[in-house]
Amino acid sequence: MIKVQLDDFVVADEYQSLANDNQDGAVVTFVGKVRDFNEGLDVQGLSLEHYPGMTEKVLADIEAKAREHWPLNKVTIIHRFGDLKLGEQIVFIGVTSPHRKAAFAACEFLIDFLKTKAPFWKKEVTSDGSIWLDAKNSDDDASQQWHDELNK
Amino acid sequence: MINVLFFARLREQLSTDRLQVEASENLTAEHIRQQLASKDDLWAKIMAADSLLVAVNQEVTDWSQQIKDGDEVAFFPPVTGG
Repeated sequence: MIKVQLDDFVVADEYQSLANDNQDGAVVTFVGKVRDFNEGLDVQGLSLEHYPGMTEKVLADIEAKAREHWPLNKVTIIHRFGDLKLGEQIVFIGVTSPHRKAAFAACEFLIDFLKTKAPFWKKEVTSDGSIWLDAKNSDDDASQQWHDELNK
Repeated sequence: MINVLFFARLREQLSTDRLQVEASENLTAEHIRQQLASKDDLWAKIMAADSLLVAVNQEVTDWSQQIKDGDEVAFFPPVTGG
């Protein structure tokens, strides 16, 4: 299930809908939040823009890639857009699988790929004004490592 | 016509989120980039950025991608979600 939304999500509800299938022995979830620092600046909040239509397509594509590599049952990806305050939830990734290792790996793969492929842009609100974030090389590296790993 | 979209920093710097350009034969994403760059100094600077990405019909592609009438072409900076 893929959702791109303004509203917050409730982790307990998402967990319930992921965890109700007894063929799965593992549920792994990740939540990304708005943190209070970045490159030495005080962050007071974020504004998140996305490309409606393309975002959903890319997320579906990333899910399909994960399913090619690991035996997954359920996958939930939720990403918010709009104005978010400090401490608010930004993104939820949840995967279930009969096996623990597959669930861990797929969850990490999904967030790493989302960060470098899905058309979202963060603008940080700081005490010095609002600044568009630059992409990080470390995120590209993480994505590239998966690419290399999975194409060995 | 071809619908051209701009996102994030580009949208703000250019003070526009969309415009239309005429379709023509053998048009590529690079041609549209050059056409936009010729508008004025600001457009030239933004369209010359090494990090600029282009998506055609909502798929990231390279500058040699052919563009046809009715296509949606989007320009944006590297993504920073998650």
